[in-house]
Amino acid sequence: MALQAIAFYVMATVTVLAALAVVLARNPVHSVLFLITAFFSAAGLFVLLGAEFLAMLLVVVYVGAVAVLFLFVVMMLDVDFAALRQGFARYLPVGGVVAGILTIEMIFVAANVASGGAAANSTGPQASLPDVTNAETIGRVLYTDYIYLFQAAGLVLLVAMIGAIVLTLRHKPGVRRQDISRQTARSPKTGMEMVDIKPGEGVSE
Amino acid sequence: MIGLTHYLTVAAMLFTIGVFGIFVNRKNIIVILMSIELILLAVNINLVAFSVYLHNVVGQIFAMFVLTVAAAEAAVGLAILVTFFRNRGDIAVDDVSVMKG
Repeated sequence: MALQAIAFYVMATVTVLAALAVVLARNPVHSVLFLITAFFSAAGLFVLLGAEFLAMLLVVVYVGAVAVLFLFVVMMLDVDFAALRQGFARYLPVGGVVAGILTIEMIFVAANVASGGAAANSTGPQASLPDVTNAETIGRVLYTDYIYLFQAAGLVLLVAMIGAIVLTLRHKPGVRRQDISRQTARSPKTGMEMVDIKPGEGVSE
Repeated sequence: MIGLTHYLTVAAMLFTIGVFGIFVNRKNIIVILMSIELILLAVNINLVAFSVYLHNVVGQIFAMFVLTVAAAEAAVGLAILVTFFRNRGDIAVDDVSVMKG
């Protein structure tokens, strides 16, 4: 039990400090790397809770896809990030006060919910059904009761993919492309011209 | 003994750090998007913690859907950002009003 507590405190501290570094770092590349750290240690927290499937999903989706996408964009765009930081010191005090108040309020609410809400008489953490792995527990519910929502989630990803492609696709002028419909619509009539040439004269357009 | 309160506290801190990040990095849209990801991560920690302590797997399933939407949001947001950068050569948030129809 003590080992679990140590693991929790280490990972929780790393998560919160990395998240702070994300918003305070001067260099956006460092921000992205700290974001990866935060996601990784949050995945560790999920493992500690027993939700292994979501932990692995977090690593694959966030660290593997979203964070790398951020990294690509940050490195691809040639932006003067120092200029984007102006006003940082001006908003720091107000933002800090608001964030501090919000944290304290939310921790009060969390403590109250955990001690007096539906989870008050919980018999301890249990992420999966007895004698079943976490992934199977999720699968049994996801593919039966939530199958339509699951399909809708796939649709959301499809629309996002199409949207991202449509937004960033760029047709360069002057590039000769194959136009298959024009090729197949060609007939001998349109593709060929019979010219009657008089002797001694050349052919000109 | 680590209980539900501990996880909810971590989630509350992450959430407020995300809000704080939007406050202080008002001009840098990349950091704003990353702050939104942090906020969604905090929501996910809340959902999973409650799911585990209430012995109800639906929380984990909803966390999965939140993950899906977060990934889609990041993809479309960054695509808009790239297009905006191509048109303006800059990503200052103050000029985003030129995008209006």
